[in-house]
Amino acid sequence: MVREIVRPRVREAEGPARGIADTRTRPDHGTAERRPGGYSPAVTPLTSTIDTASETFQANAAAMREGLDKLARDLTRARAGGGARYVSRHLSRDKLLPRDRVERILDRGSYFLDICPLAGMDIEGCRPGASLICGVGVVSGVECVISGSDSTLQGGAINEWGVKRSQRIAEIASENRLPVISMIESAGADLPNQAQIFVPGGRGFRDLTERSRARIPTICLVFGSSTAGGAYLPGMSDYVVMIRERAQVYLAGPPLVKMATGEEVDDEALGGAEMHARVSGLADYLAEDELDALRIGREIMAQIRWKKEGPAPGPSLPPRYDPAELRGIPSADPRVPFAAREVIARIADDSAFHDFKPLFGPTLVTGFARIHGYPVGILANDGILWPSSAEKGAQFIQLCNQRDIPLVFLHNTTGFMVGREVEERGIIRAGAKLINAVSNSTVPAITLMTGASFGAGNYAMCGRAYGPRFLFSWPNHRIAVMGGAQLAGVLDIIKRQSAARRGKKVDEAELGMMKMMLQGKVDFESTASYATARLWDDGIIDPADSRDVLGIALSACHSAPVQGTMSWGVFRH
Amino acid sequence: MTATSIGTILIANRGEIAARVARTCRALGIRSVAVFTEADADALHVRVADAAIRITDYLDGSEHLRAAADTGADAIHPGFGFLAEDAPFARSVTKAGRVFIGPSPEAISAMGSKAAARVRMASSGVPVLPGYDGEFQSDEALARAAEAVGFPLLVKPAFGGGGKGMAVVEDAASLPAALASARRLAKAAFGDDRLVLERYLQPARHVEVQIIADTHGTCLHLWERECSIQRRHQKVIEEAPSPAFAQRPADRARMLDDACAAARSVGYVNAGTVEFIVDAAGRHYFLEMNTRLQVEHPVTEEITGLDLVELQIRVAEGRPLGIETPPVSGWAIEARLYAEDPDNGYLPSTGVATGLRLPELPGLRIDAGIEAGSAVGIDYDPMLAKVIAHGPDRETARRRLVAGLRGLRVAGLRTNRDWLLRVVGSAPFRQAALHTGFLAEHAFPPPGIALEAGIAAVLFDLPRPSVLPGVRRGWRGNPWPAPAILLEIDGQKDSDGAAIALFVRETGSDRYEIGQRRWRPGEAPEGVPDEDTDGLLLADPAVVRVVSRADLEGGGARLCLEIDGRVGWFAITPVARGAPAGRGTPNDLWVDHDGRSSHVRLLPDFTPPGTQGESGGCVAPMPGRVVRLEVSVGDAVTAGQALVVLEAMKMEHVTHAPADGVVAAIPVRPGEQVERGTVLVVLDSAG
Repeated sequence: MVREIVRPRVREAEGPARGIADTRTRPDHGTAERRPGGYSPAVTPLTSTIDTASETFQANAAAMREGLDKLARDLTRARAGGGARYVSRHLSRDKLLPRDRVERILDRGSYFLDICPLAGMDIEGCRPGASLICGVGVVSGVECVISGSDSTLQGGAINEWGVKRSQRIAEIASENRLPVISMIESAGADLPNQAQIFVPGGRGFRDLTERSRARIPTICLVFGSSTAGGAYLPGMSDYVVMIRERAQVYLAGPPLVKMATGEEVDDEALGGAEMHARVSGLADYLAEDELDALRIGREIMAQIRWKKEGPAPGPSLPPRYDPAELRGIPSADPRVPFAAREVIARIADDSAFHDFKPLFGPTLVTGFARIHGYPVGILANDGILWPSSAEKGAQFIQLCNQRDIPLVFLHNTTGFMVGREVEERGIIRAGAKLINAVSNSTVPAITLMTGASFGAGNYAMCGRAYGPRFLFSWPNHRIAVMGGAQLAGVLDIIKRQSAARRGKKVDEAELGMMKMMLQGKVDFESTASYATARLWDDGIIDPADSRDVLGIALSACHSAPVQGTMSWGVFRH
Repeated sequence: MTATSIGTILIANRGEIAARVARTCRALGIRSVAVFTEADADALHVRVADAAIRITDYLDGSEHLRAAADTGADAIHPGFGFLAEDAPFARSVTKAGRVFIGPSPEAISAMGSKAAARVRMASSGVPVLPGYDGEFQSDEALARAAEAVGFPLLVKPAFGGGGKGMAVVEDAASLPAALASARRLAKAAFGDDRLVLERYLQPARHVEVQIIADTHGTCLHLWERECSIQRRHQKVIEEAPSPAFAQRPADRARMLDDACAAARSVGYVNAGTVEFIVDAAGRHYFLEMNTRLQVEHPVTEEITGLDLVELQIRVAEGRPLGIETPPVSGWAIEARLYAEDPDNGYLPSTGVATGLRLPELPGLRIDAGIEAGSAVGIDYDPMLAKVIAHGPDRETARRRLVAGLRGLRVAGLRTNRDWLLRVVGSAPFRQAALHTGFLAEHAFPPPGIALEAGIAAVLFDLPRPSVLPGVRRGWRGNPWPAPAILLEIDGQKDSDGAAIALFVRETGSDRYEIGQRRWRPGEAPEGVPDEDTDGLLLADPAVVRVVSRADLEGGGARLCLEIDGRVGWFAITPVARGAPAGRGTPNDLWVDHDGRSSHVRLLPDFTPPGTQGESGGCVAPMPGRVVRLEVSVGDAVTAGQALVVLEAMKMEHVTHAPADGVVAAIPVRPGEQVERGTVLVVLDSAG
């Protein structure tokens, strides 16, 4: 007998009426949860055992403070744009600073979540942020992606890391069905470094039209120059606003035209906003000035009749424990574990957590909670991954897919357990199951790096390579194939074995130096700063903001349909 | 005269007094009929009466008579103003077989002619001010008469009123010029250039005696009222009894007797008021007699416990009064709430009273002519309500009046409430140092800009996020200063003429810092790190906490705010119901706080093109009616060119182009009523 799988599409937020209707199709109608609140009202809140006055807490908080101070300094560098001279030159031209444009187009009081604000940081030839401003915010009530060039920095010319950052923001827009506002004022490609950007950079135009095909609009506001390849940015957008006497959009500027054809023409006639609005039709709207362009952009957004395709959130209560205490919870020493449920208690609505399978595979905490009213399935490391914890994780991910519940991964693991016993118990088989589940899961996943993320643990917990919709890190985050000390230890063993095979003694001084250098290099490359500069995450956040950042990310995910899968790779049982 | 019984009274009036008369009718079981014009179709008095009849003009007696006939009214109460002292009207009422609730037409006529009344009083032994109202009008004759009257004296038109054409002359030398000017004005205003002279007393008090007389020969005084506080010869604050006679029982008794004598001299029946001017020595001089119920009659009612309208009806029915003058019970003070701007030359204001709160407090009575939602135009008297406080002594009454005025709230139009509070709260008023020059001697200017009202408005208007309401408003992981919120408070802008800019920083749940200025980069104020602030810090911010917030009907709210350690209540009423926090349109709010009502206009972040340049002659400088347009759309105009002619206060006012330009739009039409600040002409500036 073929049995149809009935997957109830429960939209809790739509209230009891819908809930009652659902009971008719639900197989388990006898015990149907009818409360609009869904899980959390029926779920027992976690009890924290943290003593904020303790020495450990205080020491952790002090270490975190250092990390946060560095973060603040780095962000200040990113915000500084091209520096005082170029900022004042920009202002003297009666232009709004690019960030002020963002602030003014956003709804009053809207959040703005920067995406990869430190991209390219401390990388040769690049400034933190890669001369872009991008993030997620609310415009005319619509959650959207806003991206713009920081024209105070090299005229907004884009470099390799800028291309990577804009590709990431485009990915966020299309995965989550977020409309895009793109604010253009750019000198174009960073020509001396064209080799790094020319080929990959073409992707941006394809993304634009693919989004348009998927009915995700892009509203393009042209504040200044958008020439050559850049001219296709307005060219491919659904709505184009150009500012009178400011926007300049052409394939080739007057000097190149003169060179090529001998025609003498000025900027305004060649590609001015008036020409494009009245003659070429490239501009849909002619704005009087910058504020007018922002106003028109808001009006366009107000009339696109945007509807989020995921379910609306339910009611939400703040956690019972202050999220700011998250600054003192992660250990100052990344090797010292800390309790995952203490983190969850400061992220989940009402600190309520429905622990799933708590007695089995306890080093991976799994369970249901809500964040800002959105139901989530949380997978949080509470130590090394064992076969049982991996199997539990895989099962939990299947459950969440069955019920269309988004996943939240909280990383803090040095990886999978090693050794004879676990190999016999099938650690590879169990790990493969978890990676299979993570890879094929189709509900949105959001990853938060709360501490260590080493080895295959990074993969199994939905690291960057596994395509979480959003990935954020705490400043104490460490990421690598393994810790620097462990790597140095491995090097030590291999060198000594190799020397022994050749019947030689190791040069202790040389080996010591090699170990130190390797450990130093690995440690440096394992830091949150190193990772965020290379877009391994979408940004470093203050732990105190975790709940809000997760909420913003979840809400963004719900612009797209939230739908789990029932098809997986072969599970090796 | 045999007693009749009145079953239905037509109230030939509007507003507060119509409602007031209807109230007594109801108490007496008498059916009341109101009348109303188009402008008053939605007015309060239409609904508080048992029936209401549409008419076209309150001044047209025949319409009242027709309305009375249509509704079977057997009596007409004229209220005050309009036809209250119109002898032919009183006569026509009687002729139509209905009862006129007021004195006889003869008594009205006798007192209507001021000069004749003076003569009559003088002959009845009632003291009158030395004066001259003779036939000889030459400069020489008047100069001789002036010597007899004595200086300073008042020159006024013989057939005038309302203070028009009156001039104070200090000495003989300045008389000829004053005469010439007064003649010119009298001729222009009243069509007759005859003048009268009268001794001018300063300081002097305006004291009046309430009289009630029946058809059975009883004529009682109901004590006096002091109405010295006047602006433009209109009373604003009245009280009973008069503080002037507290130590002068004999003077007072003489005045009360003279008032009765004055009434008897014309065979007066029903309620009336004999007005006196009282000099510093407590001597009283007859001014005139008002043959009607007065606006300020409630203070008499409060100190006597009588209902004057009830007595008027009793007398009109031909029944005996059946009372003696009751002893004075305590003290009562009345303040008139006007739709006007005392800080701006008492210019009348118009609008819709979107919010109205009339407090209920011990010893407080409010006779209101409007209710929430009432429109106040320029067609009729701008008095909105009377706030009357009563207490065992003057200070208690005064304090209760202060409490009543503080609790009273009008949103949507400017009133004199705040000014009244400043007057009755002042030391000279408290000390009862009253005289007719009180408002000329003492100024009651508003305190500085009500910034805290702006703060409250901004907090009220902060939108609740449509997405993720649980996330802190304006959350930034990567902080950057939010744009300023621009606003105007009572039409006031910053010192440099720009809108007031407030920067809001949310520092915690319901906690804010609100400042007018950021620390600018490069500044290193004491104790504030200059580095890494990116202008995120505010200069001298107000530290604000929202203590509580309760929503009010109609979209408003009552906010309890702690601002720099001081907790206070702010009642906020949006002008347009449910107006969203506009990013494209201004949001007008009225904020009532600590006895101060402020109109806060939150400006839109974006001004759509074409509405810029709302300045100078392009906006209405006062409420009024558009008389005619001097330009049409498309016209090129030069700076100073006349654009639109407005009529306000019976005067034409021409608005001029503030700059050269082309008329892009004219949003108003001739005949249209406009508010102050209404855009009349949109100019595209030239070039």
